[in-house]
Amino acid sequence: MSDRAPVIATHSPALRHHFSNMEQQMEASVMGMWVFLITEIMFFGGMFCGYMVYRHQYYSAWVAGSQKMDFWWGTLNTIVLLCSSLTMALGVRAAQLGRRKSVVIFLLITILFGLGFLGIKGIEYHSHWTEHQFPGLNWAWPDANGNLVALFFSFYWAMTGFHALHMVIGVGLVAFIAYHAWQGRYSAEYYNPVETVGLYWHFVDIVWIYLYPLLYLISHKHISG
Amino acid sequence: MSEHIASAKLYIGVWAALICLTAITAGVSWLELGPFNIIVALTIATCKMLLVALFFMGVKYINQKMTVIVIIAGLFWLFILLSLSMMDYVSRGWQ
Repeated sequence: MSDRAPVIATHSPALRHHFSNMEQQMEASVMGMWVFLITEIMFFGGMFCGYMVYRHQYYSAWVAGSQKMDFWWGTLNTIVLLCSSLTMALGVRAAQLGRRKSVVIFLLITILFGLGFLGIKGIEYHSHWTEHQFPGLNWAWPDANGNLVALFFSFYWAMTGFHALHMVIGVGLVAFIAYHAWQGRYSAEYYNPVETVGLYWHFVDIVWIYLYPLLYLISHKHISG
Repeated sequence: MSEHIASAKLYIGVWAALICLTAITAGVSWLELGPFNIIVALTIATCKMLLVALFFMGVKYINQKMTVIVIIAGLFWLFILLSLSMMDYVSRGWQ
């Protein structure tokens, strides 16, 4: 609105007209974000379900495939992501307290952890590629089990790939709200975007919390046979 | 939930617990426990998920009951997806 009539401000300028107060607006933001996250849970849930079914059907191929995972990079990445969730939670807390500088700093650290995660994932992807473990485009497997192990690797690339895509989007979103926080658009009474992006970030962390044991750990010492 | 602000100490404590659980699950994976490897790993992962959801995502402090219903309904749907699918495949070999 360019022509500004004199308005007596009786509520926060961040309050939208269709909400009765700031608290209701925040509850609506949080619930809306959770509804979106449920759709994300079902999206990843389908892949987890397929992974479980095929692990049950082709157990030995799954063991052979998951033993090609790099335990140390996977563990390090889990720690990196948990650290990023801590800084994200502290960032949201700083927003609740209206501490503009702390919000920006915590969000920037979160971005660095996020990029660190993607970098480590890139190292892993590179080594899987050079070892011909990308089904379809670059695939070679020494024994007759190859087709089934290729199925395992299809799940590996799809699940970690979609997770990495969510990380890339997450880094973009955190950068966006960090910029807005730096501009001073948020306050102790209005920080809904920080809260909802925080929820998204933690959700992506939870997906990895399950990917890590399923891909790297559960067949670490099993004998494929 | 906008009213509740958790202390920084609590968040650091939750983070420390998450790192410890990661160390435990990583350590256990070096042991050959047969079918118990997956049980231990997924139990620990679920504990970590609950810590992240309850504290970092603030589910513990949500006042709006509708939001809690949305979350529980979503998890229940996921449960249906996984359990009914596995029920089919696990029982196919039964005579």
